Amino acid sequence: MGKISLKQVVKKFGEVEVIPPLDLEIEDGEFVVFVGPSGCGKSTLLRLIAGLEDVSDGRIEIDGKDATDLAPAERRLAMVFQSYALYPHMTVRKNIAFPLKMAGVDHAEQERRIASAAKALNLTDYLDRRPGQLSGGQRQRVAIGRAIVREPAAFLFDEPLSNLDAALRVGMRLEITELHHRLATTMIYVTHDQVEAMTMADKIVVLRAGVVEQVGSPLELYRTPQNLFVAGFIGSPKMNFVTGKDAAAHDAHTIGVRPEHVKLSKDTGHWAGTVGVSEHLGSDTFVHVETEGGLGLMTVRVDGEMDVHHGDRVFLTPEEDKIHRFDEKGQRL
Amino acid sequence: MARRVTTRAKLTNTIIAWFVGLTIFFPILWTFLTSFKTEGDAVAIPPKFLDFHWTLENYIQVNDRSDYLLHFWNSVVISVGSTLIGLAIAIPAAWAMAFVPGKRTKDVLMWMLSTKMMPAVGVLVPIYLMFKNTGLLDTRIGLVIILTLIDLPIIVWMLFTYFKEIPGEILEAARMDGATLRSEILYVLTPMAIPGIASTFLLNVILAWNEAFWTLLLTAANAAPLTAFIASFSAPEGLFYAKLSAASTMAIAPILILGWFSQKQLVRGLTFGAVK
Repeated sequence: MGKISLKQVVKKFGEVEVIPPLDLEIEDGEFVVFVGPSGCGKSTLLRLIAGLEDVSDGRIEIDGKDATDLAPAERRLAMVFQSYALYPHMTVRKNIAFPLKMAGVDHAEQERRIASAAKALNLTDYLDRRPGQLSGGQRQRVAIGRAIVREPAAFLFDEPLSNLDAALRVGMRLEITELHHRLATTMIYVTHDQVEAMTMADKIVVLRAGVVEQVGSPLELYRTPQNLFVAGFIGSPKMNFVTGKDAAAHDAHTIGVRPEHVKLSKDTGHWAGTVGVSEHLGSDTFVHVETEGGLGLMTVRVDGEMDVHHGDRVFLTPEEDKIHRFDEKGQRL
Repeated sequence: MARRVTTRAKLTNTIIAWFVGLTIFFPILWTFLTSFKTEGDAVAIPPKFLDFHWTLENYIQVNDRSDYLLHFWNSVVISVGSTLIGLAIAIPAAWAMAFVPGKRTKDVLMWMLSTKMMPAVGVLVPIYLMFKNTGLLDTRIGLVIILTLIDLPIIVWMLFTYFKEIPGEILEAARMDGATLRSEILYVLTPMAIPGIASTFLLNVILAWNEAFWTLLLTAANAAPLTAFIASFSAPEGLFYAKLSAASTMAIAPILILGWFSQKQLVRGLTFGAVK
């Protein structure tokens, strides 16, 4: 079991309130991703749940029981750190065994669990090496192994992939998602990378300055962002925003349309502009168009085969039913 | 592009390095050689390098005239004792400053270092009087106390830089893994800190062993360490270079041997933190 509830949780560092009163429910077995820009309080929130920071006010419940004042180890949570935080003087085997040793698990059971974790994570051949002799990806797997063997109520991941190179990151992303399907244990995952959030999460919590901006499934956030911040943060490339008379025509202060929901034509369309940089990804091309009439730079996704060049005059037309409308406070209409 | 290193540049660098190395080592070598010369050969002009009459006479005379073992033992007690007490005080201090720093931690560290910038002679009179009044003059305990106090800033600073290098996340990981404070210190912190503590220990023993200001001024006979032993051969009865050299060689030999065997730790201690 791993149901976690935050009730009016507040965190202050001195006079500075980094997390104003916050409520959040995390269901058993869910993969929840906290996402937001740097300094939004997502790591602090995770550390509050872990017990590495004390809450200034409010309650944290794990499986219905008050865990607010429990020590980290008593919460039955396992954490994977950004820096892996392996014990450099211990072998991989001892690293993985450490939480079991602390819990007083008997030796045969330790061996059994280490073997099974090592097998699941492809670490069997490396058990007698030290962390210094492993690559980044292998170290990350050891950190995960150390978390798995405890059979925790929930896993906490603090930006675990940000120290890996791009190719490894995609691989590990799949491995962690696969692990979640296999173990069906609650996982809370912190990242600033919205692609990681979209691809891994059952539920995304978007944070800004300690405030929960929106909670929902990846597609809910993509389809119906509740405000300008979420609209701009989720989706890559970023949503295009337009204010002024085009927005007023839709009875809104600002309208937003995603690059994939704008049609680009060489002959006719709603907005005229000049092609700037085109980013060719092969399957798609992202065209940055400097529009006329003070609307600014817009990004459009077109087919990878489309023939566009720097300086071409083009026309853009948003798909009417995919336009997001926001009021002057930035809230969805 | 990698920097190109030509054979000529390598050769030049090697020659310069050897030259610098030998220049630094030469006084020690010369002292060593002189200690086997007769007093006549020791002051001969032109100097004799290897073609002199080799003799152990100086060592025998030095041993006859003074109690080498007493001074040696004093040196051991003073350097090891002051270092151990220093470590006992500095480990918790550096620990606290590295892992739970306060607003003024940096200031405290700077202040401690600043005491090392003051010339020792500035406090000679008050300390001498205090030692005289408390009966600490010419006692090992007195020297252990003064050397502990003098070297404490360096010990704290060295340990602080070591502990700083231990990532806080590893300690947090241990806490998440269910380690109590005791097992956190026992299984995680100490094994990671031992190399740092060891090289601090070694370096400070060497510093204390060679300390010659206070050890000379606050001792007479009973507590005099090897520094005083050397000094006793320098002035009173005219200069006897060969005997002085023999005394010097005997005084520095133990610490040289210790340094030789622990050079790996020492170099690590001095360069720690410079490169990841």
